[in-house]
Amino acid sequence: MAEPLSPPRLLPSGDSAITVEFSRTIDDAANRRVLALDRIIAAEPIAGITETVPTYRSLLVHYDPVQIGFDALGEQLLAQAAKALPTAAGKRRWRIPVAYGGENGIDLEDVAKALDTTPEDIVARHTAGDYRVAMIGFTPGWSYLSGLEKFLHMPRRKDPRLLTPAGTISIGGIQTGVQCLAGPSGWHLLGRTAVRTYQLHRDPIFLLEPGDAITFTAVDAKTFAEQDRAAEAGEFIAELVTP
Amino acid sequence: MSKLVVTTIGPASSVQDGGRPGSQRYGLTPSGAIDRLALAAANALVGNEPFAAAVEIGPFGAAFTARGGAVRVGLAGAPRSAEIGGRAIAFNSSATLADGETLTLGFARGGSFSYLAIEHGIEGEPMFGSLAVNARAGLGSPYPRPLQNGDELTTQAASRAAERRIELPAINDAPIRIVFGPQDDEFSGESKKLFLDSEWKISATSDRMGYRLEGPVIKHLDGHNIVSDGTVNGSIQIPGNGQPIVLMPDRGTSGGYPKIATVISADFCRFAQISAGRPFRFKAVTMAEAQAEARKFHELLRSLPDRLRGSEDFGLNIEALRDANVAGQAVSAVDATTWQAAEPASG
Repeated sequence: MAEPLSPPRLLPSGDSAITVEFSRTIDDAANRRVLALDRIIAAEPIAGITETVPTYRSLLVHYDPVQIGFDALGEQLLAQAAKALPTAAGKRRWRIPVAYGGENGIDLEDVAKALDTTPEDIVARHTAGDYRVAMIGFTPGWSYLSGLEKFLHMPRRKDPRLLTPAGTISIGGIQTGVQCLAGPSGWHLLGRTAVRTYQLHRDPIFLLEPGDAITFTAVDAKTFAEQDRAAEAGEFIAELVTP
Repeated sequence: MSKLVVTTIGPASSVQDGGRPGSQRYGLTPSGAIDRLALAAANALVGNEPFAAAVEIGPFGAAFTARGGAVRVGLAGAPRSAEIGGRAIAFNSSATLADGETLTLGFARGGSFSYLAIEHGIEGEPMFGSLAVNARAGLGSPYPRPLQNGDELTTQAASRAAERRIELPAINDAPIRIVFGPQDDEFSGESKKLFLDSEWKISATSDRMGYRLEGPVIKHLDGHNIVSDGTVNGSIQIPGNGQPIVLMPDRGTSGGYPKIATVISADFCRFAQISAGRPFRFKAVTMAEAQAEARKFHELLRSLPDRLRGSEDFGLNIEALRDANVAGQAVSAVDATTWQAAEPASG
């Protein structure tokens, strides 16, 4: 018998958004409920909701307070959350090629040292993982993945880097991630992918959806360079394993 | 086709409109005008849709020259001196530049951002339904970056419509209203009281991503990291150093600092226009009050076309000029490296 679902907390984010919080920590079960509620709202829209933003542990629901008030919307969201049963991982599975180490992953050696193993072992462990897009946020296409094995959990860098390359694959805390655009990061850089999770003038502009499953495959630096040129021309590099 | 050529422009000036909501779930921030009321007022003056693209002009001066035909513009937002070919133009009014004429705007006074709407709008290629500049995402049209000297904004020739002015409610200095949450339980009652009881100033290091506040240190109950969750315009984050950051239209779509409160939507424009260094306070209101104010603000936006007046006497409206030029704030000393005033306005 499945246990009854505990109701989420409704937290005000100003007068035009509600944070529907399922957990205060990174929790796969809570994330699945977030994504399930997101899908239910998409399937059974509530008048006044303008946009939803799934995150690890909460769903941010933007709404128009001229159309619906906090209390009325909160009640409907709780009713939908009660229906929102955790579902299996997303149906889509992507295989993403990564050039690990060297100039593409400048922290790989240090990560191996810190974890008292070899760079090859880190790559083997990272490519063996079965990951899920828990949330996309901060900058366009920045995909936070759950499912990093415990051995690879490690604190973020003491000094965040102000600029890390587009396509960086990194680990930080209990997470791994695909960074699309160049930008600051405090995570450890393991490698780079040619996959563009955000690319203008491509259809779709955003490749990944929250809930998608991800596996990484290792490629050499030369292959990465070739794939990067092809991706720049708009070719798909990520392989959709299960459509 | 007529063009408005940017002949002088400071930093923090860009084409903005109502923004591009709908893709925050992919990490794409909405961007859009920082003061949507002023944007809508500028657009109303030239008969545009409320959230059509216009030029958002930062605190520094700017100049624009009409080429290829006359260009009609509407000016609203932070008041500043304005003249076309030696004739003074009142703020909150429309004006027409004949082919070859230049509109010269001074520094912002009593605010930070002004809006220059162009009759018939700005030609561009919308992405996600918007021309708003978001430089990080490579979005914005006709230029995916802040404006630079020599940039050209293409439009259609000015109509022969009479010039107009718009009557707007006076901006007041009342406290900026907030509702607590979503993470106010990360703070003690004492910290929340300190937040409400203190005077705050906006730092010169602020930008369209966030306004950094200077004031007393707001302490967290239990560390300053939370698991990232979504953000909204007006989210007030408290990072490790205890100095609040109010998130603005170019914010990250998610953030990992606790958010003690959120600026109510009806006060967001007024907050966004507070000059760097000028003291202000926050006041907590209930959700019911905040939502009642949101509905009133919506009505104000809807009423803008009804607030238009004829132009017969305001080409040199002394009273309007006096309002624009001596609205109670002296011009700030400005630091050329940031868009904000470096020193408090001495008001």
